[in-house]
Amino acid sequence: MAIIGGYLAYLFRYQLAFPNEPVPGYGLVGPDQYNSFVTMHGTIMVFWVAMPILLSGFGNFLLPLMIGAGDMAFPRLNMTSYWVFFLSTVVLLLSFFVPGGSFSGGWTIYPPLSASPGYTGVIWGGHLWILAVALEFTSMLMGGINFLTTTVAMRAKGMGLFRLPIFVWMINIASILFMFSVGPLIAGAFMLLADRLFDVGFYLPASGGDPLLFQHLFWFFGHPEVYVLLLPALGIIAEIFPVFSRKPLFGYRTIIYSTLVAGLLSFIVWAHHQFISGIDPRLAAPFSVTTILISVPFAITLFAFIATLWRGSIRLTTSMLFALGMLAEFLVGGVTGIFNGSTAADIYIHDTLFVVAHFHYTLFPVTFIATFAGIYYWYPKMFGRFMNETWGKVHFWITIIGFNAVFLPMFAFGLAGHQRRIFDPTLFDYLQPYQYLHVIATVGLIVMLAGQIPFIINFFASLSRGKVVDRNPWLANTLEWLAPSPPGHGNFDQEPVVQRGPYEYSHPLLKERDWISQGEL
Amino acid sequence: MKHRLGIWFFLGSEIAVFGGLIACYLLYRFRHPEWGLQAVHTLTGIGAINTVVLLTSSLTMILAHWFVEEDNFKSAANYLGMTILLGIVFLLFKSYEYHHEINQGLVPTKSLFWGFYYLMTGLHALHVIGGLVANGIIWTGLRKGFSTHRIESVGIYWHFVDVVWIFLFPLLYIASSGGAQ
Ligand code: HEM
Ligand SMILES: [Cu+2]
Repeated sequence: MAIIGGYLAYLFRYQLAFPNEPVPGYGLVGPDQYNSFVTMHGTIMVFWVAMPILLSGFGNFLLPLMIGAGDMAFPRLNMTSYWVFFLSTVVLLLSFFVPGGSFSGGWTIYPPLSASPGYTGVIWGGHLWILAVALEFTSMLMGGINFLTTTVAMRAKGMGLFRLPIFVWMINIASILFMFSVGPLIAGAFMLLADRLFDVGFYLPASGGDPLLFQHLFWFFGHPEVYVLLLPALGIIAEIFPVFSRKPLFGYRTIIYSTLVAGLLSFIVWAHHQFISGIDPRLAAPFSVTTILISVPFAITLFAFIATLWRGSIRLTTSMLFALGMLAEFLVGGVTGIFNGSTAADIYIHDTLFVVAHFHYTLFPVTFIATFAGIYYWYPKMFGRFMNETWGKVHFWITIIGFNAVFLPMFAFGLAGHQRRIFDPTLFDYLQPYQYLHVIATVGLIVMLAGQIPFIINFFASLSRGKVVDRNPWLANTLEWLAPSPPGHGNFDQEPVVQRGPYEYSHPLLKERDWISQGEL
Repeated sequence: MKHRLGIWFFLGSEIAVFGGLIACYLLYRFRHPEWGLQAVHTLTGIGAINTVVLLTSSLTMILAHWFVEEDNFKSAANYLGMTILLGIVFLLFKSYEYHHEINQGLVPTKSLFWGFYYLMTGLHALHVIGGLVANGIIWTGLRKGFSTHRIESVGIYWHFVDVVWIFLFPLLYIASSGGAQ
């Protein structure tokens, strides 16, 4: 799915740089297709790439290992969740091929555009979109229930709540956020479907309905959803930093508490997406304030990460490079978020490419850079071999350079007033002088996509050629490294007993080594 | 322990769904006092009977659970069977209501009130059906004479479905006078 999402990005990115020229490898992209590609790109990246990789992928593999459990609490539920997800993917992909094409009202599916097929001409694509997302949510809910139950009920002996690795905390907080934010949107989606199928008009003013209601329901979910993606990514890099700087994680408890606070706050900031939707200024103020407040707990977490690195003996392995890259790029995204959060600034930059640049600076590091960090780090555990480090570094630098080339220009565009979801920017005189930036961004994208080839080759070649490793090649202290690599059925040879916290490196009492394994007394 | 936790987490998400729907309904209801006049056309009497039916089914559910704990699977199966029957009675009454209303032209598109009415009661009815299926699975287990402690989980779920109805009933049926003036 990541490839499809990226391919769609390539299609419309190319169109932006060279409007109305056939895209190599596809052909002409028309305005309708542009809309539908943008919509499907956003949908796929958020729901079919970021969420399944970060939560389900890493979560299912790591969570039982990290808490010393043999398996998830409900293995059958896990399988069901996987198949429901598979079905949702099929339904979504099907929507590309139905008459009328795939859905094209934007990934936020705002009514009235989405409430009546009459507006976009897309009938089946829209129904299928809703069905696919509903299935995907169901699958994720099953996964979340499984994560939470596993963590509560199946921890190894000695694994207190405050000895859980940060990644485990993050997965669980993310699951809770998802669980409580998605309900209202599901309710809202039922109403939307009723509008589409039976013309009820919940969201259509002519029938007494209100399109704004949907925006509230959507963003009540949508904002916490961003943290559902972010938290596992932060969890991944929180595992990597202490190992490769040989220091305890700074402020372990503080990170947990501030994440909990951020999680709570995330439920009361949603309307910052609606500053220009005609909301009462007296309402806008509190949403603006809570939004800016929410950056405090995240700032605390990021500073804790930086403090972890501070004066550590840093080893720049590929996974460490990616973790550092994630931190750096995410900082840019976070800081620019404050602009969007302030009502006054947002009224100007809303729905411009500035916003697009902002959320890609948060979502791209979360989705891809953190994932790469995790893959290079846990690959030895999954397959019992190392990945090639040199090629890993090549991959890192191309990805980072390419990524910045794509999105840095978009800040400039946004400030110049370039609206998002525009098919042909050359139609606007005031944007003409900036057209070369679109070309740069598109070239950047092509470079970046090409840069994934070494990664893919490296990944598969290392399966048979990588250097064979033992259980704990990075000398890390979390439980998963006690299991064989790759872990067999039931994960551990014998039930692990936890003696100490997960990040105890460089203990002053230790002379010749800088860590003790969980198994030692 | 595991199953109890699982079902509670599941209910948490379910509560959010119905909570969201009820919140939307309330927001619209305050804006549209004339809905009171439309709600007069719901069959409050049958709704009330149905409320009693569901409440009774919760009671038989508890009894069934109690007998499982006592290792008396036969009585447990009987009570669970009663729960299932009552659930079916509920659905029959509900379909009679739908039938009656649709005959009078009170269809979902008639007005937003009726849109909400069908959406909320329909979603609830789907949950009843789901609960019946789950209960049926447990029931066959009990009939074959093996202990299914999972009856506790389906029981909790069944009570939840009951509680949702207790919210829906006043919201959709009784709250009819407020806007009548
Ligand atoms: C592979 C690199 C990516 C590129 C080159 C890219 C490019 C773009 C561009 C240019 C737009 C704006 C199109 C327009 O408004 O006309 C866009 C929209 C969007 N992208 Fe990406 N993107 C990438 C990765 C991602 C990732 C990783 C995510 C999320 C996890 C994401 C989520 C979105 C969303 C939600 C939208 C908004 C869609 C809409 O307007 O409905 N993208 N992307
Ligand atoms: Cu937000």
